[in-house]
Amino acid sequence: MSMKTIETNTLEPVNTDFEVRSLDAMCINESELKHPWWYNFKYAAMGMFFGIILIKSEVVSWFRIQEMFRLESFHMYGVIGSAVVTGIISVWLIKRFKVKTIYGEPILLPTKKFNKGQIFGGLIFGLGWAITGACPGPLFAQIGTGLTIVFVTLFSAIAGTWVYGLIRERLPH
Amino acid sequence: MNILQQPWPWYVAGPLIGLTVPALLLLGNKAFGISSSLRHICAACLPASIPFFSYDWKKEIWNLFFVAGIFGGAALAWFVFHHQPGAVDPRLVADLQHYGINSHSSFIPKEVFSWKELLTPRGAIMTIGGGFLVGFGTRYAGGCTSGHSIMGLSNLQWPSLVATICFMAGGFIMANLILPFILNL
Repeated sequence: MSMKTIETNTLEPVNTDFEVRSLDAMCINESELKHPWWYNFKYAAMGMFFGIILIKSEVVSWFRIQEMFRLESFHMYGVIGSAVVTGIISVWLIKRFKVKTIYGEPILLPTKKFNKGQIFGGLIFGLGWAITGACPGPLFAQIGTGLTIVFVTLFSAIAGTWVYGLIRERLPH
Repeated sequence: MNILQQPWPWYVAGPLIGLTVPALLLLGNKAFGISSSLRHICAACLPASIPFFSYDWKKEIWNLFFVAGIFGGAALAWFVFHHQPGAVDPRLVADLQHYGINSHSSFIPKEVFSWKELLTPRGAIMTIGGGFLVGFGTRYAGGCTSGHSIMGLSNLQWPSLVATICFMAGGFIMANLILPFILNL
């Protein structure tokens, strides 16, 4: 009995669930509130809004992505640039006026620590983005427009994420 | 109903994308990010005792509802609003003709991405290989265009700026230096 206790104590401290989820992730969300599962439908509604905008802005288009990287069109730069400016103003307003969520919780903004993954991973994603013409959001949107072949691309992206998780410890960070 | 069928200019679409950031924060403290959904799918379907996938994915299930919404919203815009893709730049049209790409009626060139082309070298590299790089790279970078370039930059996180610059660098290298060889296969 006492042996077992000693063994447990000498093991490395086990990561908490929150710590594991926080690895290499931007969107980590811990709320004290417990809601029924169907409260999540508001995020599906938000996703629908976003999906419509992805189509109407054509950022899901392989052709728009090629135009961007070949400097043949300003469109994508305008979309991303004005989205960022809108986001910066929104986040500043939220901080300035200490805006709370619709449930009255204070809004927490994630900070991002630098690691080499942002360079190596960023370059790898950039290479893939110019091939597929789609970042992860547009993959879901392209499938929505009936392009069933993109299921293969999405499945490959999930496989890529899985392989990253598998070899994560051996990669420079 | 032209507004529903035609592409929207950047100065309309961009700010609406930007508003997704405060909307998700106000709805429940959610930081905008999409590539994490791929990780949650791994954690839900095949965690395989890998530490990186050993967490309670159900706590992030909002993210899966969000991407399901993207799928639905895109279907609505395409099949109900009948979105008509905008014209492609003539320089790109001319260049793509050299690679046998002449269709511009959907969002991806069907001469490259289709079930028929999947077993050709070009189709396989671009569909399977491209997807793999997207999934591996976004997670390695800790986010994609939404998590870093929109959410991270909105919150003035300089690592997100580093990531965004690298996304663009990788894209420029691929589109201008490597893709011409792949398209020739």
